[in-house]
Amino acid sequence: MKYRKWGAALLAVGVVAGLGACASGGGDSSGETKELSILIGTSGDAETQAVQSAADAWAKDNNAKVEVVVASDLTQQLSQGFAGGDAPDLFYMSWDQFATYAQNGYLDAYAADLPNAADFYPALTDTFTYDGTFTCAPKDFSTLGLIINTDKWAAAGLTDADIPTDWDSLEAAATKLTTADTVGLSFGLEYARAGVFMNQAGGQLVDGDKAVADSPENLAGLQYIQKLHDEGVLKWPSEVDAGWSGEALGAGKAAMVIEGPWIKGIAGDFPDTKYASYELPAGPAGKSTFTFTNCWGIPANSDTRDAAVSLVEYLTADAQQLAFGDAFGVLPSTEGAAATYAEAHPENAAFVAGNDYAVSPVNFAGSATVVSDFNAQLANLAGGDAKAILASFQESLQAALDEANGN
Amino acid sequence: MSKGIRGPEGRYGWLFVTPAIVIIGVFLVLPILLALYVSLSNWNGLGSPLGNSSFVGGANYSKVLVESGLAQRDFGTAIRNNLYYVLLVVPLQTALSLFLAVQVNRRLLKGRGFFRTAFYFPSVTSSIAITTIFIFLFTSSGAVNQVIGWFGVQGPNWFSNPSGIFSGVTGGIPGKGPLGLDWAAWFSGPSVAMCVLIILAIFTTSGTFMLLFLAALQNVGEEIEDAASVDGAGAFRKFFSVTLPMLKPTLFTVLTLGLIGTWQVFDQIYLTGGGDPGKTTLTPAFLAYDTSFYNLKWGQGAAIAFVLFGIIVALTLLQRWILRDRDLGASGVRRQKRALARLMRDAAAGAKR
Repeated sequence: MKYRKWGAALLAVGVVAGLGACASGGGDSSGETKELSILIGTSGDAETQAVQSAADAWAKDNNAKVEVVVASDLTQQLSQGFAGGDAPDLFYMSWDQFATYAQNGYLDAYAADLPNAADFYPALTDTFTYDGTFTCAPKDFSTLGLIINTDKWAAAGLTDADIPTDWDSLEAAATKLTTADTVGLSFGLEYARAGVFMNQAGGQLVDGDKAVADSPENLAGLQYIQKLHDEGVLKWPSEVDAGWSGEALGAGKAAMVIEGPWIKGIAGDFPDTKYASYELPAGPAGKSTFTFTNCWGIPANSDTRDAAVSLVEYLTADAQQLAFGDAFGVLPSTEGAAATYAEAHPENAAFVAGNDYAVSPVNFAGSATVVSDFNAQLANLAGGDAKAILASFQESLQAALDEANGN
Repeated sequence: MSKGIRGPEGRYGWLFVTPAIVIIGVFLVLPILLALYVSLSNWNGLGSPLGNSSFVGGANYSKVLVESGLAQRDFGTAIRNNLYYVLLVVPLQTALSLFLAVQVNRRLLKGRGFFRTAFYFPSVTSSIAITTIFIFLFTSSGAVNQVIGWFGVQGPNWFSNPSGIFSGVTGGIPGKGPLGLDWAAWFSGPSVAMCVLIILAIFTTSGTFMLLFLAALQNVGEEIEDAASVDGAGAFRKFFSVTLPMLKPTLFTVLTLGLIGTWQVFDQIYLTGGGDPGKTTLTPAFLAYDTSFYNLKWGQGAAIAFVLFGIIVALTLLQRWILRDRDLGASGVRRQKRALARLMRDAAAGAKR
């Protein structure tokens, strides 16, 4: 009897100890071979495999092992990694989260010391500069262009001479292309699209430490969108039952969309859709487009920093960037490689050309919340009060700007 | 304490509950205390909160509750959305589940097993799967709009319609309400998109609660119902005066579980775009997640979570107070008086005869 009691007690202690042991498992392995993990948000299998094979090629020469992890929700998984002290050694850092991460001391500022630091497009370098320091290397970039379904274009009797070059010709083309089951133009109603029109009208969001979102130029941009929507020649993807405008284009529900080089991805679902990409038409204040980009982020105080920097150097080299461009359509972030890319891929030349005058979307620590609030308010743009939306945007933007500048 | 025959049993008792205490302590109590600390700190999510943050007092709470700005307005919007969600879901799901339970409890019903399974089925299906199906059903050319179309009505684009269902009536209300929201926004009602989520919640949870009511109904003895019939009670009188009062403990459970569950709605919001359209499906639970994980304001996120906790506790206590066991309410006293008067009258009439 007594033995049995003590046996039970021992078992209980054992269970507790066992649970404890589980928690402390997975200690650091130190050895010759360096082990690195890369966390990426992928556009598809092509991208995952391209990154994995590039990383493997680097690993072979550097006595390392690299594991590419595909995130289902990149930002959330990064947050978890950093909070748990277990951040990936290298990760995709998106432009809209960059300043927030940099401000909170998440990132190692390695980019300025890269041998090819001067080769990147200045606009991209600016995007990833925090507090005067070029922090992380842009891995590639995308700009927005006007994607036209060429079959619908021809069916509407339009020719190359009709390719929209300004707002009036865009409206004219959209009107001609609109039929009973196809809308002329479609794009998602968000800052990343509407902001282009605001900028084409000459509007800015931030001027020094002042927010200038409620300018008449920005209003003109939004009113142009409202006008096209009122005329029925512009519809949001959700209005034509598409998840995003690329799907609307592929399914023939929209004849023109505003997207980036990632439009290539619709080939899988809609192999028969023929389309061509052009630069965005110019607004009253000239041409403008947005440039979006990710950088290769390395966590601050990382043990594997040097190996990760060496890997980034390899991944951002011109040859490797061109290989990525061939594999999944992104544009190389260095000027030299981009020029080569534009020659090899004439179908994407318009996107490369756009980068000459492209601007970065607004991006400072804390701006992401304000922009998502603006996106939410844009849901009321159709038939709503554009001026009130901009006024509210202005107020939140100024408050966020003051906070970012420490006022 | 004298060491009797049961002397060492206390010690063994502690020993045997140790695993449970350790597990609950490590995985429940400590995290809650840590989250409470985080809500009072400026932790930015880098490393452990202990040692990587400093104490900032109530700054996070005041940002959410007092200081006017985007953080406060977002919180106000989330509370507004969730309040309408709770106000519609809790009573409707309770009523529906009670109704279903009474129906499948009837002895005369044929195929009771089938109906019980059918009604319970949505509850065992994953909410992610059901939400995805709803998203497809309620697209602008989805099944729901097709059916509405048969009657010549053009259905709305459900999941991308941000306008509140009362906003046509209440849009003109002037003035600014609490938490940085205009009164017009407070009274605009749930958006069309939120209404779909409300229907979804009622559809999925009423099966679970039907089961609770069913179990309670089967404890109501047949003899009590028979006795009520003998006393001359009709079906309605029997239900409201006999069955329902006997279901009161279950009713309390169902209302409490419903209240807690609806204030914490998260996965449907996550799946339908995190507050889209126009933040009209944003809820405090999702806002806490978004503030922490995306804006790295972990303190503010934790503060939102604790305010939500406070709301749930307060409402549960309020509901407990409303449903407390009373001898007789004011209406009960009146009813008793009337019954007594009737008895006296009848007795007097009987005596005369």
